[in-house]
Amino acid sequence: MDTEKTSWAMRILVFILFLYLLAPVLLVFPMSFSGDQVLRFPPTSWSTRWYSALLENRGMMRAFWTSLGLATIVTALSLVIAIPAAWTMTRLRFPGRDFLFNLFTAPLLLPTIVLGLAILIVFASMGLLATTQGLVIAHLVVTLPYALRVLAVSLGTQNLECEEAARTLGARPLVVFFRVTLPMMMPGIVAATALCFLVSFDEVVITLFLTGPRISTLPVELYNYVYNRADPLVAAASVLLILLTLAVIMIVERTMGLGRTFVR
Amino acid sequence: MSAAAETRRRPLRAGEVAVLLLLPIALINAVGFILPVLNLARYSLNRARIGGGIEQVFTWENWTGIFRDRFYLDIVINSVGVSLGITIATLILSYPIALYLHRSHGRWRTFLTVLVISPLLTSAVVRTYGWIALLSDNGPVVGTIRSLGLPAPRLMFNINGVFIGLTEILMPYMILALLAGFGRLDPKVEEAARTLGASPTRTFWRVILPLTLPGIALGCLLCFVLAVSSFITPKLMGGGRVFLLATEIYDQAIVTLNWPLASTLSILVLVIFGAALWAYSAVLRRLD
Repeated sequence: MDTEKTSWAMRILVFILFLYLLAPVLLVFPMSFSGDQVLRFPPTSWSTRWYSALLENRGMMRAFWTSLGLATIVTALSLVIAIPAAWTMTRLRFPGRDFLFNLFTAPLLLPTIVLGLAILIVFASMGLLATTQGLVIAHLVVTLPYALRVLAVSLGTQNLECEEAARTLGARPLVVFFRVTLPMMMPGIVAATALCFLVSFDEVVITLFLTGPRISTLPVELYNYVYNRADPLVAAASVLLILLTLAVIMIVERTMGLGRTFVR
Repeated sequence: MSAAAETRRRPLRAGEVAVLLLLPIALINAVGFILPVLNLARYSLNRARIGGGIEQVFTWENWTGIFRDRFYLDIVINSVGVSLGITIATLILSYPIALYLHRSHGRWRTFLTVLVISPLLTSAVVRTYGWIALLSDNGPVVGTIRSLGLPAPRLMFNINGVFIGLTEILMPYMILALLAGFGRLDPKVEEAARTLGASPTRTFWRVILPLTLPGIALGCLLCFVLAVSSFITPKLMGGGRVFLLATEIYDQAIVTLNWPLASTLSILVLVIFGAALWAYSAVLRRLD
């Protein structure tokens, strides 16, 4: 369709709406270089003091490393668990397959506030509150549906002829999987890795129910900080988080294409 | 020969392979999803002792309590009302963006899609913080209004801030849902309407809008459901003065330690979800 159909009024409207959509994310960039003691925009002076304050904040830094470690473990486990599951779902025929697929992706339909409370009550009786194991399991509940869906799409759109050729030439099932299927689903694996990592790293509501003074993640610490006071420290942390997110988006876009990952 | 040795020699059947490979995901699903949700339903029928203990009984008093207590009834009505308002605002603000995205091509489209999706992948805490900075009394919005000589409105720590922030936070979901539904919108149909002499406004109301109704319905369902269950934004921007279902669930669970009441409110959220889903499928049926 020719672009002249889009009138100037429409373009200006869309520009303003985009501005509204991106305003809070854009604002934290100048805000993070504020030299003021309190949250004020525009700041009266500029500095990098809040970045140094962030790096010197023991609790924040410890929470950052916890989040990084947690997201890494959760992402690795998600792949190890979801790859065989996605293969089973797309390559084997058995009764109840669709039902199981829906069941395994169902946690995404539940609001995190409800899921968080539900997990809190059960984990309390299992002694899993404020433990690494508890956090890993809780995060897996929300990352596995994403991983399963992305990997199933990746396997479902694969050309089966290559696998068949390998089989005809005498390759054993495991060899076919590791030498043909797995390399061919690499874009899906990259996308699933990025998604799982981001979802786990950013997860806050469920985690809020399960953390305590002993163990805390970065989003939970940021939440607590914003709840208690308003200064530009969180802006500095936000900038770093946004840059991390952007890096991950670029990786996904390069390998899989955003459209295919997010718009089905 | 023992049974174990025999199974080792015989190749595994498809069913056995399936069970083996699905076992880990099924275990996580059972421990982290099925069991907790069933337990939640059971907990809504328990009685909370004063001071945090729980009495294992079978009572409907949490449920009848909610509908008898004006405070909780108001929370439910407030949550549903505010969420409906936010959904409509989100739809109005998202529709032009989605339409523009649908009509754009190539790199420009990719770039705009990234712009739409990036906020989605940015932590809700970060985005809410951005809104706090924008709307606080020292922020640019209030500053601009003041410099125009108008009375400064209070935008923070009340429902206004929650409304503005949540609308923006839900926009990417709405835009993506609308785009998914815009597949039926063929530019040729639009062109035909224009060639036959329809004005742009008429083309919009008679051609574009009806064709995109399924996408609108999907986006509204999604945003309503997300608004009812959103927690971070109302909690941080409401400053303890905005009482909605999600914030009340958290307060009952963590502050008051009344898990049976928190469970009851959670199940109520799921009931509202069910109602929204029912309304959605009713709308879809009418559209067909």
